[in-house]
Amino acid sequence: MKFRGKIIDIACLNHFTRVVTTISKLTKMCVLRLTPDNLFFVLSGKVANGGVSMWCELSQANFFDEYQMEGVSSEDNEICLEVTPENLSRALKTVQNAKAVKVKLTKKHCPCLTIAAELPTLSSVSRVVTHDVPVDVIPRRLWHEFKEPSMPDFDVSIYLPPLKTMKNIVDRMKNLSNFLVGVGQEVKLTLHQALELCGKSSRDPESLVEARVDIRRLQQFLVGQQVNPSKAMCNIVHQSVLHLILLHEDMSLQYFIPAVA
Amino acid sequence: MHCIVTGGNVKVLAKAVHSLSRIGDELYVEPQEDGLALRSVNSSRSAYACFLFAPLFFSRCRLHSVQSVFRSLTTLEKTVEKCHIDLDKQKDRLTFTLHCKHGLLKTHNLSFQDSESLQAVFDKDSYANVFRAQPRLLVDTVVHFPPSLEEVTVSVSDERMWVRNHVEEEAEASKAMLTELCLASDEFDHFAAQAHNSVTFCLKELRGLLVFAESTGLPVSMYLDEPGSPVVLSVTDSVLEGNFVLATLSDDPSLRKNSTHKTAPPPPDDFMNDDMDSFLIAMDTSIAPGPSNTGPPPPSLSDDTQEEETDDLDRLPNKKVCLRFLRKDGGVLTVLSKNTPYVCRVASEQTTETSGTKACTLKQIFN
Repeated sequence: MKFRGKIIDIACLNHFTRVVTTISKLTKMCVLRLTPDNLFFVLSGKVANGGVSMWCELSQANFFDEYQMEGVSSEDNEICLEVTPENLSRALKTVQNAKAVKVKLTKKHCPCLTIAAELPTLSSVSRVVTHDVPVDVIPRRLWHEFKEPSMPDFDVSIYLPPLKTMKNIVDRMKNLSNFLVGVGQEVKLTLHQALELCGKSSRDPESLVEARVDIRRLQQFLVGQQVNPSKAMCNIVHQSVLHLILLHEDMSLQYFIPAVA
Repeated sequence: MHCIVTGGNVKVLAKAVHSLSRIGDELYVEPQEDGLALRSVNSSRSAYACFLFAPLFFSRCRLHSVQSVFRSLTTLEKTVEKCHIDLDKQKDRLTFTLHCKHGLLKTHNLSFQDSESLQAVFDKDSYANVFRAQPRLLVDTVVHFPPSLEEVTVSVSDERMWVRNHVEEEAEASKAMLTELCLASDEFDHFAAQAHNSVTFCLKELRGLLVFAESTGLPVSMYLDEPGSPVVLSVTDSVLEGNFVLATLSDDPSLRKNSTHKTAPPPPDDFMNDDMDSFLIAMDTSIAPGPSNTGPPPPSLSDDTQEEETDDLDRLPNKKVCLRFLRKDGGVLTVLSKNTPYVCRVASEQTTETSGTKACTLKQIFN
C-alpha cells in the first residue's frame, strides 16, 4: 500500500484544509478512502454516532498537483484508513503559506499519514515541518461498511435557504427540546411556531411529510459549514431520515440524520 | 523608595509584567545594585523568569493585582505618560500611579509582603550551545504546535535545530500526533552548537517571553546544555535584561544515547544547617495570609516515609526537573518536582546520584 500526494497551489491547499476542517467538526473519527481518482471521507451510521452517517467525495485532481497511490491489491486498488480529521486539520492549518505540502502514507511508530510541508524562509534552506498523524488501516473484509450510500426514495426534496440563516434559526430553536421538520406546501420548521422557507413538493399538497430529528445533530452539521455551497438540498423520507446534500465546486457532502420516534 | 517609569517604557514594563504572569501567580520585586528585578516562578519550580530594569526597591505583591494595573496595553500606550511606583513600608503598600493624558491620575494601591529573595542560579557563559534569533523565527516555530502542548524537545547538531513535541512513553504513544520542525543554522543570527544535545522543556511557559520579544522586536538568545540542565532564554537591550529559565527533563531514556552525562559539581556543604529553613519558611508564611492557589499544601510526611521516598526518588531522574535557587546566605537550594512537588533535595556529601543530592522530608526542614 502506498500513497503520496503533493499540493503546490495555495488555493487548492486552502480548499483542502477547509474541507478537512469541516469534516473535523462533523465527527471525531471517520474513514478516509483513497482511490486513484477520488478521496472519500466516510462515516457509517452506527449507534455510537446516533445513527448519523456521512459521505464526502472529493476529486483528487481538484486538489493535488501530484497524486500516486497503490492500493491493497490490483483488483482492490484502494486504501481505507481510519483517521481523526481534527489532527489532519490542525496540521494543515499551520502550513497555509507552504511552498509545497506532501501527504504520504508512512510507517513510523504505527501507520501514519504524514503531512510534510516546505515553508518559505529568508535563508537558502527551506524549513521543513512534518506532522505524523496516526491512522488505522481498515482491512478489506470491513470495506463493505463504507460504501457509497444510495439515494433514498425520498418523499420530498427541498432547496435549503442560506446555511447561515438556517444555523441562526436552529441555534435559537435548540433551546426547545425537540425539532420537527414538516413539509407541506410550505416547509415548516416548527415546534410552536411556523416559519416559512421556500420549498418544492413533489407530493400531494394536502399530506404532510415529516421527519423528526434530534436538533443537535442538525446543529452540528450546520456549525461545520464554513462556506455557502453552490447547491444545498434536503431530501426527506417520511418518518425515516433527513438527507442533506451540499454541492460545492470541488466537493460534495451528504449527511444522513435518522428520524427519531 | 520610589521609582518612575516614563513614556514608551511604561508599555515595556507592562509587557514584562504580562509575560511574567504567564509563569507564576506572584511577582517578586527586588532592588539590586544593577537595577530593579522583577521575577516570577511557577508553583512546581520548574520555570523561572526575571526582568532586570533600572532602579530600586524590595517587596512582593500579588502579580494578578499588578497585572490588572497594566491590563489594557493598547489604552496604556495611548494615554499613559508616566508611571510612578512607590513603596510605603509602614503601611505595607505598593502604589502605582499612572500619569495619563489630560491631567488624569490613576492610582492603584496594592498590598505586599516582605519576602526572601528569589534568584535562580544559572551561568550563561558555561553553556555549550548558544543561539540567537529574531523573535519571528521562534514564533513561527511555536505556531506549529497546539497551544495546549506541554513539552517540546529541542535537538541540535552543527547545522540544524529540530523542535518536536514530546510524548510521554506511558501515554498513548501510538495515538499521539507527532510534529517536528527543522531549522537551519543560517536562519539564526548566531548559531553555536558545540555539543549535540537534546533537551525537553515546557513550551507553555516560553510563550510569555515570545510575546514580549516579538512586541519589543528584541532578538532572543537561547542557551542549551545537557538534559537536566535548565534551558535559558533571554532578551537584552540597553535598559533591560529578561531571562527565562526553564527546567528540563533529566535523563530521558529515549535521549540517553545522544546525551553525555556530566556530574554536577557538589553543592556547598553548609547546606544542611538550619539557615536553609528560613528560605522555605519565608516562602510558606508569605503564602499563608491571603488566598493563593500557588502555595504548596502543608506536607504530611513523617520520618518513617523517608525510606520510601528515597526509593521513589531513585526513579525520579526519568521524570522531572529541577531548578536551583540562590539562598540569601549564598548557598544553593535545588527543588525537585514530580507528582509530589514538596520533596526537597538537600545537598550532602553522601552523593547517591549524579546531581549529588539526597532526599529529606519537609518536616525535617521545618523542624
